[in-house]
Amino acid sequence: MAETHRPPEQFTLRVRRYDPESGEAPYWDEHTVELEPHRSVLEGILQAKARFDGSIGIRCSCRAAICGSCGVRINGEPGLACHTHLDHARDGAQGGVIEIEPMGNMPVIKDLIVDMDAVHWKKIQRVTPWLLAKQPTPEREYVVPRESMVDITQSMACIQCGACVSDCLAMEVDPGFIGPAALAKAYRFVGDPRDDRRYERLLDLSHDPQGIYDCTHCFKCVDACPKDVNPMGQIMRLRRIAGSDEHIVDPNNGERHEQAITTLVRDYGLLHEAELVPRSYGGNSWFGKLHPAAGKELLSLLPSAIKAITRGKIGVKLALLGHKIPDSDLKAVKRIYQTVESRPERYELNLYISGEDEDERTPVGATAGGGGGGDDPATAGDRSAS
Amino acid sequence: MKVAYWPGCVSRGFTPELHGSMARVAPLLDIELVELDRANCCGCGVIAEHNQELADTLNARTFALAQQVPGAELMMNICSTCQGAQGECQERLDASAEYRAHVNQTLAPEGLAYEKDPGGAGGHFTNKNFLWLLVEEIGLEELRSRVKRPLTKLKVGPFYGCYIVRPRKRLGIDAEHPRDHYLEQVIEALGGSVIEYAGMRKCCGFPIVTMNKEASLKQAGRHLGDAVDADADCLVTPCPLCHLNLDLQQPAAEGVVGRDLKMPVLHLPQLVGLALGLEPKELGMNRHVVRPSAVIDWSTSVVGAAA
Repeated sequence: MAETHRPPEQFTLRVRRYDPESGEAPYWDEHTVELEPHRSVLEGILQAKARFDGSIGIRCSCRAAICGSCGVRINGEPGLACHTHLDHARDGAQGGVIEIEPMGNMPVIKDLIVDMDAVHWKKIQRVTPWLLAKQPTPEREYVVPRESMVDITQSMACIQCGACVSDCLAMEVDPGFIGPAALAKAYRFVGDPRDDRRYERLLDLSHDPQGIYDCTHCFKCVDACPKDVNPMGQIMRLRRIAGSDEHIVDPNNGERHEQAITTLVRDYGLLHEAELVPRSYGGNSWFGKLHPAAGKELLSLLPSAIKAITRGKIGVKLALLGHKIPDSDLKAVKRIYQTVESRPERYELNLYISGEDEDERTPVGATAGGGGGGDDPATAGDRSAS
Repeated sequence: MKVAYWPGCVSRGFTPELHGSMARVAPLLDIELVELDRANCCGCGVIAEHNQELADTLNARTFALAQQVPGAELMMNICSTCQGAQGECQERLDASAEYRAHVNQTLAPEGLAYEKDPGGAGGHFTNKNFLWLLVEEIGLEELRSRVKRPLTKLKVGPFYGCYIVRPRKRLGIDAEHPRDHYLEQVIEALGGSVIEYAGMRKCCGFPIVTMNKEASLKQAGRHLGDAVDADADCLVTPCPLCHLNLDLQQPAAEGVVGRDLKMPVLHLPQLVGLALGLEPKELGMNRHVVRPSAVIDWSTSVVGAAA
């Protein structure tokens, strides 16, 4: 409470300016504003705009982290300008100057305003972002299990700010990647028991070379999201349901790669790397390497492999036989697989919903909007049919 | 100090020089490594993608084995991916006593159980990458005092690997523990110069190398290229999976990005070992696809400065 009474301080903002229509190159502008330290970076930008330069372009509306308009990069990290305190931003700034740039992966319209239509909204459209309801429509409401709706509240928390799109590292090298925001949105419908096209949605997203298997698992979107949506986690759930529940085998090696690693660890206790490539391309058995797709890939890897073997990096014996843990331990690992994989339903603990018990930290589930899942992780966890 | 040591799979598979160099470096830092040779693969995030409970149970087994090592202060790994994948499982196991009990039930026939707080003193089971251990347990001053051959004039670019820098909260990165800046601190403590470049905390591309090889190698190639442009002599990484894409696949990445790279990539224990006076060959540096000797002038920048 005391914080709200702290006197105004000076904050220096370094704002990236660019007007593509001017034909001039981008440049940096510095302005010093005076505000109480708990005020937001957005308020700082607006003061600079009001006092020093009315031409600074910034998009904003609610100023309360719910409209998703003011996504920018602050000190190189994506986030909402209205959701970042000036003092926190200064703490993370080099030389105490708060650096504000437009979001990445999207073209700049002017200064801090990026073209969300050209990238973000196109990708959202790509995943058919509406319910394809089961028919016939019930006379009254659809009756669904409560837990299944709680399960999708996390993806529903998205405010479409584009912060995750801004810094997606897969999109940086592959702009056609459907991306974190749109795939989280896709999970919102895949996980909805009222939707009639779960299989078709998953088939589409796993077969698209820029779909769920194009995510490089870098956690950028997890940290970028101001609403704790965990887009990467939703992508992993899409993969899990596509592969394990719907048994969709995709042309991108996604399902085979997952199966290969899971099976190799079961059979060896450790990862048998040399088997991973042929199985991912050719199929999940020793014979995978005889598949033409595997053969082609192995051939392309031959120069690297030969170099690695001649340099003593990779032993021939290891490449052929792999490495194993002792037999008694391998037996224990296999028993774990058997126990867990023979459960009628997957047991999936989602901390967003269940929160943490016996801990001083505030349960995250309190903000879930779905009323939380109670204290019992067994009911709060997402139990999907397998 | 005595640690329960988890080397991981790749450090004993396709990057054996990593495990080897760690074994050489440990005694010079008074680290006693008790190898967890019965433990299993962490699943590198992919087993969790297949079945979360399976990944959690497999890693709970590893933690339980580590907790059985008498006198070990903590568990240590040498792989960013192990750190991240195991950390994710530990987060779930630590969050719920009921879930922990459920997982331990699966481990029970083997006589194993993972305890969140083995001493009962309100502590937590600790699993640290060698990088974190260097800074937080050994300390930069101590490390500096043990340097025999400062890496003077050696320009080193850090490459972290995603799993050890994100998500920040799970990895315990905050103002007190700037773990996403430890590589720079270690490079400086060893006498080298830090080269900052765009890709230092980005993704090497390895997770999608079998799914979208072009995008994967474009990532590796771009970051290596950025390091070349920033005038780095070499990169250093705490992640053997990154090393696969950055070193083993570098010739292929050169093809994808259409430029010569020739950027040597060192494992963290190799860089530490050089400064502690070990010879490049002892550290397995002759085994890399991109030979470190191709760029670094050992006679002036590294070896020559022997004290």
